[in-house]
Formats: sequence, structure tokens, C-alpha cells
Amino acid sequence: MSFLRESSIVFNRQLRMNLRNPAWVLIGIFQPVLYLLLFGPLLKPMIENLGGNAYTWFVPGMLVQLGIFGAFFAGFSLIGEWREGVIEAERVTPASRAALLFGRLWRDLLQLLVQALVLVLLGWILGMDASVGGVVIGILLTLLLGGACAAASNAFALTTKSEDVMAPVINLVMMPVLLLSGILLPMSFGPGWLERLSDFMPIKHIVNAVRESFFGTFDASAMAWGVGWSVVLFGLCIWWGTAVFKKENA
Amino acid sequence: MIHARGLSHTFQSGQGKNKKDVLAVDGVDLDVSEGEVVGFLGPNGAGKTTTLRILTTLLKPTAGTATVAGYDVASQAVQVRRSIGYCSQVGSTFSGAYAGDEVVDHGMLYGMSKRDAVAKGQELFDRLQLEGLWRRKPKNMSGGQKRRLDIVMALIHSPGLVFLDEPTTGLDPQARANLWDHIAGLRSTQGVTVFLTTHYMDEADVLADRILIIDKGRIVASDTPDNLKAAVSGDLVDLEVATDEQVAVARDKLGTIADSVEVSDRHVRGRVPRAGKAVPGLLRDLDLSGVSLESIEVVRPTLDDVFLTVTGRSLRDAEAATEPAQLEGVTP
Repeated sequence: MSFLRESSIVFNRQLRMNLRNPAWVLIGIFQPVLYLLLFGPLLKPMIENLGGNAYTWFVPGMLVQLGIFGAFFAGFSLIGEWREGVIEAERVTPASRAALLFGRLWRDLLQLLVQALVLVLLGWILGMDASVGGVVIGILLTLLLGGACAAASNAFALTTKSEDVMAPVINLVMMPVLLLSGILLPMSFGPGWLERLSDFMPIKHIVNAVRESFFGTFDASAMAWGVGWSVVLFGLCIWWGTAVFKKENA
Repeated sequence: MIHARGLSHTFQSGQGKNKKDVLAVDGVDLDVSEGEVVGFLGPNGAGKTTTLRILTTLLKPTAGTATVAGYDVASQAVQVRRSIGYCSQVGSTFSGAYAGDEVVDHGMLYGMSKRDAVAKGQELFDRLQLEGLWRRKPKNMSGGQKRRLDIVMALIHSPGLVFLDEPTTGLDPQARANLWDHIAGLRSTQGVTVFLTTHYMDEADVLADRILIIDKGRIVASDTPDNLKAAVSGDLVDLEVATDEQVAVARDKLGTIADSVEVSDRHVRGRVPRAGKAVPGLLRDLDLSGVSLESIEVVRPTLDDVFLTVTGRSLRDAEAATEPAQLEGVTP
């Protein structure tokens, strides 16, 4: 049986469960939409002083935030499935262990894509000025990052098997990511040391690349760093997730 | 169907300075023939589930070899998985999904087409008395229904061998008895070989053709329930004679088939191997000798007696002794 068929069986099962409870998809997008509606107006004069469209600058940040936050919580549902014996039951079938992970990742990515499209649509309604091509590239980068985060979240969930451990660790990781990646405000607004420190934050480079795509400028260096980090993070996290699913006693 | 030689599994328990190796399964040899129902009996923490997880390819042995359905569990895991069904202690379905969907998806992971999985699933629902529950969520089912659903999941791809890990734990007596009927039916109506772990003596006694007793990771006994019980010390035969004068004759007669005989008032008691066969002859002898009986009672030993004999502890003591280890997460 092919990897594609096995992962699509898992994907269909996961999607069916999500569609029975679409409230979580809406709850997931609630936070970035609120940021867009309530924080966007505060940001508008500041960004326009720099000579750009505030929403073209802000929506990419919200997209990346959506990709990270939404995907990082994917592991919580996996713990629920593990606790009810679903993961063990799947692991006794001949299906490939990687397919069990990827089926779930396809579901996470589809959910992220739907949320990203809603966010972009809202951005256009609020006055965002971005080309369709730029938006497509920006969303693809977001999906790569979201896939990485979802794989990491699933791997971490299956390693700890505890929501009590997951929640504080996610918070611990998310706080510096949020503060050092320039999602909410340009890092250039801060002192030099803070901007230099943020250079070590991979997510900042991905945010910059998504912004470059939305603005249509496609600065070569920014795009190279952003695409590079997206691919590296995606590869590393997929490797980790697959290894954990393959690991005995997972 | 299952052959294991020197099967062992060691894992690490604790952290930092408290880290230590725990030998959960220690050189297990076992053989299960096609069509057998084998009960794997032992207290919590004895190594039942670890052995079962090795045989179902969920864990790799740290020593020894095992073949299941002709395939090596370590090097041919995928072929083993195709050949077996597995019903874990905790269940196998998501409580918020429809039961029928879970069964069909599970069957499709074994390579079945959706149409075949639906047909087979509905047939199994009927057979295991789950009619009308196809579109019900497991969270809205009774404990017995959920366990039967788990068995449907294990049987969806028509395996020749099914592993059931403590299938009736947590069920009320009525649901347990009902599930026993279904487990017995797996062999009698479907020809499935069943390997079930349990820490309930009565369950092993009722269901199993053969019982393996495991304690501290080692197999300490393996035989049919009757032979195990007979090997303990025989059945207790209690004769109550009509008069005091007949006590001596009854003691002598019982003494010819019992290892030792005790007398208390007009009661003469002794342990007799396979009393079912020996007692009719004893009764004829007593009758010919003019001994009249007020009553006769034959008490068969239980598997608790067997466990006590082979391990030196009662099962209840063994359970209590392993409880703290369980709480510390010693069982993998």
C-alpha cells in the first residue's frame, strides 16, 4: 500500500473529525483577526510614516503568527488520541509510521491554508495592497513554517504525552519568537542590540521574506534567508516527527 | 502460530542518579498453536503487556527471538502486523468519532477497500451485538459495547491471530460474562487463535485452553487449567460417614488414593489427584465395606491455588507488591 494512500486515509479521518467540530478552525483564526482589527489601526500611522501600506506590512506578520500558533497546538489533539489508544491501534497496522504523521500534517496544513485565505481576504478588505503572486508565495512560506511547527508539536506531544508539559513549553518558546521576529512591530524601531539579537531568530527572516513577497519587492537576500530557514525548519521538524512516530514505545 | 525463545526486554526506569535497568521480560519461551486460546496470566507488572507488545511489534526485544504467524517480530514487523489483530487495554477508537467510521478507516489502513471494510465491519457489528451502533460515538457507548467495538477493530482485516490485552478490565460482571461469550466465539465460529492477557483467574479458567503464568518476567507454569489445578495438590475430598465406627475404614479407603488424610469428628478429608476419576471407585469400595455416607463434597483447587504454589505468593499479594512500581512508571 502506498504512502500516499495511507496518509490520505489518516488525513480523511482527521479532516472528518475537524469538520464535525469546525468551531476550532474559527477559534484558531480569532486571535489574528482581532490583531488585524484592533491592533492594525494603532499600527497604521506608524507604518505609513515609514512610507508603506500598514496592512501590507502587518498581514504577513499575522500570517506567520497564525502558522506558528495554530500549528504548535496540533499536538494537543494527538495526546488525546494517544490516551484513547488510537495511536497504538494505528501503529499495529502495516501502515508506514511516516504516513501516520503526514496524514495529520496534511490536515493541519489544510486548516492553516483556509485560515490564511480568510486572513488575506480580510486584509484586502481593510486596504492591503499586495499582488496575488506575492500573496501565494507568502502563503507557501507560511505553510512550510506551519508544517514544521505542526510536526514539531506532534513529535513533542508524543514524547511528553502530557498537556501539562506541552502548554508551558509552548508558551516558553512562543514568547521570544513573538518578541524577536518583528511580527507586531519592526525590529528597526528598537535599539541596535535588540535588532542584532533578532537576527538570530529564524522566524524573523521568514516574516521578512513573506513581507517582501507581499510588497512585491522580493529582495534577494531577504528571500534567500526566509526561504532557506523555512526549508531547513521544515526538514528538521519532519525528520524529528517521523523519528518519534517510528520510535518504539511512542 | 507464536514461537518465542529467550525473549527478554530491559528498559530504563527513573532519572539521573535513580536511573536503573529493569528487566521486564526475562527469557520467555512460549509456543502457541493454531486455533488455541491461550491465557497469559500474571499480576500487574509481571511482564504480560511487555511480552504482548513485543509479539505485536510495538516493542523490540532486547534479547531472544520470536516469530508470529511465521514472521520474525523484529525483522518482518510489517508482515506480522498484517497477520494479527490487537486489542489494547486502553481501547482503539477516538471517543468523539463515529464507531463505523473508525472501523472502516482502520480496515483501510490494512489495505482493504472502503466497500470491503464497510461490509466486513457491518458483519462484525451484527456478530458482536453492536447492531444499530454504527453511527454512535464511543463516548456514548457502555463499557461492554466499547470493548466489543475494540474487538471489531482487531478483527476487521480477518486476522488468524488476535491479541487481547486485559479485555475485560473495568467491566461489570454481566458485561464481562457477555464478552467472554464473544471471545470464546472467536475460536469456535471463526477459527481465530486467541492470545489474551489477564490478571483475572476466573477469566483464564473459563476462556483458555492453556494457561501461561508469568511472574517477575518469567514463565513459571504452562498447561491446561485442569492439569495446572491437578498438579497443585489435587482436589479436596470430604467424606462425612454415618457412625463413629466407620471413620477408621473410611480413612483407610481414602488413604489408598490420597496423599494424606485428616479426620475431624465424622469427617474424613484428603487431597486426591483428579478426584472426578477416583471418587466413583472410592464410593464403590466404601459401599462394599459397609460404610454409609451422610455426605460427600469434592472441592476443586482454583487457579489462585496454582499461582500460590508456583510463585509462593497469592495473586493478591503479588498485585499489591507491584503497585508502587506501577505508580513510578516502571511498566513501559
